[in-house]
Amino acid sequence: MHKFLRATMLATSLVVAGGAFMTPAIAEVIYNRGSAAEPETVDPHKTSTVYEAHVLRDLFEGLVMQDAKAELIPGVAESWTVSDDGKTYTFKLRENATWSDGSPVTAEDFVYSFRRLEDPATGAEYASMLYPIANAEEVNSGKAKPEDLGVKAVDARTLEVTLKAPTPYFLEMLTHQAAYPVNKAAIDSMGADWIKPGKLVSNGAFTLAEWVPNDHIKMVKNPKFHDAANVKIDVVNFIPTEDRSSAMKRFEAGELDSYDDLPTEQLTDLKAKFGDQIRVAPYLGTYYYAIKTDKAPWDNVELRNAVSMAIDRDFLAEKVWNNSMFPGYSMVPPGIQGYTSAAATFADKSQIDREDEAKKILEKLGYGPDKPLKMEIRYNTSENHKNTAVAIQEQLKPLGIEISLLNTDTKTHYAHLEQKGDYDVARAGWIADYQDPETFLGISVKASGNNYSSYNSPKFEEAMAKAAAAGGNPEERFKLLGEAERILVDEVGNIPLLHYSFHNIVSPKLVGFEDNVMDVHPSRFISKS
Amino acid sequence: MFFYLLRRLLTAIPTMFVIVTIAFFLIRVAPGGPFNQERGLSPEIKANLEAQFGLNDPLWLQYWNYLKNLLHGDFGPSYNLPDFTVAELFSEGLKVSIPLGLSALIVALLLGGTLGIIAALNQNKSGDYAVIAVATAGSTIPTFVIAPIIQLLFGLTWKLLPVGGWGGGAFINMVGPVLTLALPQMAIVARLMRGSMIESLRSHHIRTARAMGLSDWSVVVKHALRGAVLPIVSYAGPAAAALLTGSIVVETIFAIPGVGRYFVQAALNRDYTLVMGTVVVIALFTIVFNLIVDIMYAVVDPRVRYD
Repeated sequence: MHKFLRATMLATSLVVAGGAFMTPAIAEVIYNRGSAAEPETVDPHKTSTVYEAHVLRDLFEGLVMQDAKAELIPGVAESWTVSDDGKTYTFKLRENATWSDGSPVTAEDFVYSFRRLEDPATGAEYASMLYPIANAEEVNSGKAKPEDLGVKAVDARTLEVTLKAPTPYFLEMLTHQAAYPVNKAAIDSMGADWIKPGKLVSNGAFTLAEWVPNDHIKMVKNPKFHDAANVKIDVVNFIPTEDRSSAMKRFEAGELDSYDDLPTEQLTDLKAKFGDQIRVAPYLGTYYYAIKTDKAPWDNVELRNAVSMAIDRDFLAEKVWNNSMFPGYSMVPPGIQGYTSAAATFADKSQIDREDEAKKILEKLGYGPDKPLKMEIRYNTSENHKNTAVAIQEQLKPLGIEISLLNTDTKTHYAHLEQKGDYDVARAGWIADYQDPETFLGISVKASGNNYSSYNSPKFEEAMAKAAAAGGNPEERFKLLGEAERILVDEVGNIPLLHYSFHNIVSPKLVGFEDNVMDVHPSRFISKS
Repeated sequence: MFFYLLRRLLTAIPTMFVIVTIAFFLIRVAPGGPFNQERGLSPEIKANLEAQFGLNDPLWLQYWNYLKNLLHGDFGPSYNLPDFTVAELFSEGLKVSIPLGLSALIVALLLGGTLGIIAALNQNKSGDYAVIAVATAGSTIPTFVIAPIIQLLFGLTWKLLPVGGWGGGAFINMVGPVLTLALPQMAIVARLMRGSMIESLRSHHIRTARAMGLSDWSVVVKHALRGAVLPIVSYAGPAAAALLTGSIVVETIFAIPGVGRYFVQAALNRDYTLVMGTVVVIALFTIVFNLIVDIMYAVVDPRVRYD
């Protein structure tokens, strides 16, 4: 009798539990979002990688945001006006913008947040994102007080931002997570603990519920978000899975709904297996080699051009990178609306013609079997970087170029580059922070800390200055930037090799996960069927 | 015994001090720093960051401050995960690594020990060869091969286990990683056990025991095992320290939030405070487990006495 009772109870509870699982109307919609790395922080002002960007975009809302296609949409600001001289932006904040604790998001919050970003005491890696604001750089380097920053709360719902100079991409920059607001009251009352799960006060579509480092970040739908009615996902779990092959198995087993990387060496097999769940398309990033333009023999433009020309980029993209990268002939990758990249002049020739021409140049410069050109390629440790360098070594050998390879770990590599150490050619990459050619061209101006080629061309500097001066006229500005890129590419200020692609694997259950050049996928626009 | 323990614990202090000092300066000799990356920082921004973490102080002052904080149990913030202190990262991570490592250790000792005894009792017979074959395979196949095979078979083909993830320490999530971790250890334990058991079975007191007509069970378990288990005990100490402080391979493949990956990540990221944290934790575990081994010796072997 006893046993029978227990069995009945068990059976009943199973049916009840089963019923609960099977009724979709009650069930929470959970999006398990896999990523290749752990975000470093949930403090928008301490962020430095795209992994934080994915999380922060769900937690916070800036003045302007990006939609599922990475196009600019109003965020906390419902509208804005720009003064005729392009230097003053006036943002009108929406009335129903609310923090997760129920208090309204005000203009004063943005004043506080922008000052905090620039305050040297914050130690913000992305402080430069708001350098276009008047006095920002001065505040950040301790030459001015945070109060001197060009931001002003005219009233609770009106924010006025004054720029140093007209900056047409300023709104694009504001979509970056470094420009998100933080809650002053929470920081004041909780100190360093304000970023802890359950305590973090945010103003985005989701709030932070749990963070177990290297395990998961759980975010739940924020009922106070102004557009909460249109948010379809109840829980977003960010799940870092470093091992890409494991991630594929976890995806297949249904543990992950999407994953933001792929083991590219298996790309052909993965495409065969997963079909259109594999999404590979252009992403705003350039893989290039910096070449010491201030050191003999690399100070010779013709020589640099010969080296660049002789590299078979199709081979690199197809054989080394399995088509997870695209051949690159320009510094600015394609995909920025209204801008046409300036490709190297040899781009439309066949590889054989390029090699012949390179050979002629090298002969003319006196290089040949008796006097080989010696070149060292430095790269940061990675299987694909090594394979790329080895392929180039083989490609240039027939031309009498003797290449030696030097591999160091990432920190050593970039420390050496930053300190302007001695090298010939060094691997580098650049991913767009915002959709504008400026981000790719700015790294080659003389003053940039990322000018690893030590490129110093008066012509290029002048062209960049001219483009900056045309800030008020976007079309003219893009044209001038194109001219600047033409100079950079013709003078081989560095050697662009490949353009990045994003590579996602996305379950067909996810609706609204749209491909875009910024690889931006806010969870608030995604639903799960 | 008490004075022995006290003496051992006191000698651990200078040992730790030397280890901490060497590690502190060694990691700073490595080129590059925590803030070197693909997207280079401007000198001003880098200076702000360094000031925030006290990296602009002279090295001796940084060392002094570090020691001072360490004595107060403060390991400092992680540079790479600034939302967490090093202590928080370790307390979270050890909550995963300790149960995982302990389970693997127990499985390895029990299964490996049993297999070793079986092999020894069947010396040069088929049972022995079978155990030796399994043990050789277990210790030669690397974990990065075993782990994906377990994922593939149990996770995808038979759908018995999750492919990865910790699931808050659920039993089902632990099976794969525990097996992967235990297998090579089990192989070593089995071989050690076999060797020392054979030796023990040949010793005089066993011959005497047999001559007195004791049962096989009593001879093996009560008398032979006691002497044979000593090499296992001394092996188990360092093995426990290694298992409980996590494994980068198993944690990475199974996506488990243990402390093992910090050893490599922290060094590559030049996350100085986290590197120091890992060094202190490993050193501490090693010292403690060696001490436990020595105490176990006294418990298991009546010939060992500490005065």
